[in-house]
Amino acid sequence: MESTIDTSLYVAIKNQGTIRLNDIPVISYSEFYAKVMSLMQNDQNHCVTYHAFPQGKVLKFICCIANDLDAEIKILSHEQPFKRDLQLMSITKNVYAFHGYEREIMENFGVDFLSHPWKKPVRYAFNRADHSKVINNYPFYKITSSELHEVGVGPIHAGVIEPGHFRFLCNGETVLHLEIQLGWQHRGVEDTYVRKKTLLQRTVLSESIAADTAVGHASAFAYLIESMAGLQKKNDQLDIERTIGLELERLAMHIGDLSNMCIGLAYQLGAAVFGALRTPTINYSQLWCGNRFGKGLIRAGGTHYPLGKELQDALLKFLENFEGRFKTMAAKLFALPSALMRMENIGKVTKTQMELIGAVGMAARMTGMARDLRHSHPFGAYRFVKYESPSPVTTGDVWARAALRKVEIEKSILYLRRLIRELSAIDGQSPKPIAENNLKILPGVLTVSMVEGWRGEICHAAVTDDKGEIIHYKVKDPSFHNWMALALSLRDLEISDFPINNKSYNLSYCGHDL
Amino acid sequence: MILDELRIFKQHGKQFIPDVTKPVLPGPFKGRPEITLERVDEEALASVCPTGAISKAPVSVDLGKCVMCGECAFAFPSKIKFTKDYKIATNVRENLIIKAGDLEPVNLDESRIRREIQTLFGRSLKLREISAAGANADEGELNACGNVNFDMGRFGIEFLASPRHCDGIVITGPISENMAEAVQICYDAIPDPKLIILVGTDAISGGIHSGSKALQRSFLEKYPVDLYVPGNPPHPLTFVNGVLELIRKR
Repeated sequence: MESTIDTSLYVAIKNQGTIRLNDIPVISYSEFYAKVMSLMQNDQNHCVTYHAFPQGKVLKFICCIANDLDAEIKILSHEQPFKRDLQLMSITKNVYAFHGYEREIMENFGVDFLSHPWKKPVRYAFNRADHSKVINNYPFYKITSSELHEVGVGPIHAGVIEPGHFRFLCNGETVLHLEIQLGWQHRGVEDTYVRKKTLLQRTVLSESIAADTAVGHASAFAYLIESMAGLQKKNDQLDIERTIGLELERLAMHIGDLSNMCIGLAYQLGAAVFGALRTPTINYSQLWCGNRFGKGLIRAGGTHYPLGKELQDALLKFLENFEGRFKTMAAKLFALPSALMRMENIGKVTKTQMELIGAVGMAARMTGMARDLRHSHPFGAYRFVKYESPSPVTTGDVWARAALRKVEIEKSILYLRRLIRELSAIDGQSPKPIAENNLKILPGVLTVSMVEGWRGEICHAAVTDDKGEIIHYKVKDPSFHNWMALALSLRDLEISDFPINNKSYNLSYCGHDL
Repeated sequence: MILDELRIFKQHGKQFIPDVTKPVLPGPFKGRPEITLERVDEEALASVCPTGAISKAPVSVDLGKCVMCGECAFAFPSKIKFTKDYKIATNVRENLIIKAGDLEPVNLDESRIRREIQTLFGRSLKLREISAAGANADEGELNACGNVNFDMGRFGIEFLASPRHCDGIVITGPISENMAEAVQICYDAIPDPKLIILVGTDAISGGIHSGSKALQRSFLEKYPVDLYVPGNPPHPLTFVNGVLELIRKR
């Protein structure tokens, strides 16, 4: 009896699944609240998206909770009258990982989540409910004491990087609290998905959500739109080629990050060598698809750039050269006392903290959390070429973030070689991209598409109306969760350790701000 | 052990590109397009473009709007092809519009280069980069300009932190409303005379984000732009060659 009552509260899909909106039960907020609370008791569950959109006179809420053991995504939904003074009891009060989702809903629709501990706007979106809140007048947390001082950095930083503001509350050299202010990068991406209607426009947009994750976000979009158009048949050849693109992106970004971290350590040799190794990595992308960031590679339904025999050989050759050069330099870095002392026990966070904030991807794995969609909700080639993802790194400090990159680089090299072997075994041909006219998007559906990008979990969700037009598009970059990890790392740390910590996370500003 | 370092040096050898004006880029790199005079369904051709960069009668491609997706060349291969010419930066906005039959390289208009640029910045140009909602590809390539391969520092071109020490700003990204004030403050903090360089399609026209209400681009209406560096993102060689052309002695 219990289970029948239970299942009437939600409906479950798999990753990149599509479901008719009418098949999602709409439950009362108290039922919703209780069910989310009980699901989130289970360590294997985490919320991958919780958002709202107006549908006539109601505000419809969609909450997707993924289970890492059975690869199921439970969809819960409730509806509320769409009015300004709507008040709901906050989930964040008990499940902290919901803080960003509820703040986003508060910002966008003026909903008041009662007892939410931090009602700060997420990104000062152009279409926010309250325009009296602007990015330049936000009241930061303060501590009143004549012995403490504040340090403000940004939005424009010293280097050639994206904008964000960091406000440190300091006791001498020690940081008591770091508050991160984001939103400077807001371009209205989700609105543009609805506004610009051609498949190509939406694909190009996906590539520029966070262009250092062009392949990751474009893959999430391609899988979403294919599922939404009912293209069920998977093409293994195409999936392998897309997955090679994803792993190459991971390789390029991880090696670039190691270079940047060496700059943070003032270790010139490491910075130059890892930096030089990034060049052939992204040059391979250019050889393959003409763009060093993999733009143009991922297209719905197929590809313009099949990975033929010559390109496969070039990839193997590149990997061999890369591996040799990487190994010597990595061995040197991880045995260098002056580098280690700047990484070990610096900016430490715990597994419990990362579970609390709902960290994903690398920020979770460097504390020993096994959060990896390639393993738990496999897609693309990960469906049939298994990617084992036990994290051998658990310490949660700067060293762990560097060491995890080294481990993932080594694993990516092996995995890429396996994919090439699979590819030559199939000996097929990837189809051409699907033509706009042949794409019939299903009416009245919700699709959820998740991809493990190099930073972590990317989640795209979209809803269509009864004519098959996309009326709502929701993007979640892993940085949406992980910025809080950086703030936690800085507690009780010397402020001079901020740059190395920031580089060790390398989170996305534009992916967060959208 | 010093032997480790020697081994690393040996493995890597010399990495820099000796002459940055010469390299031929590998793969299907998309640089300056060439458009033939062939008759095609221009309406259909223009409608392919995701950013409205293609105009009709005569057919032209505006590199300031083009996101280099290459879909027009896939759809009309005999009408448009993208060459590997990466020297596409210019100081005149109209020069970014490539018309049918136009086979000339993209040039700078010398008469419109301010004299102080050559006299003051010819051997040392320090720039303040502002990412104004840039998506981190343009920024990544600008960082690459200073790496051991492209090494633009050898020409005296460098990105610095303080605007007070700089000779101009480089803007990437479509300029969000939330960044508009910061862009203005940074520009004001740079001593005269100063340059403005726009890098990437997003900065030049808004790119795929054009028309978004989250953008605030009025800064660009106030001041003349000294160099447009198109691309999505521009290749480091596009930026380095463009800036060298701008500041070289004439």
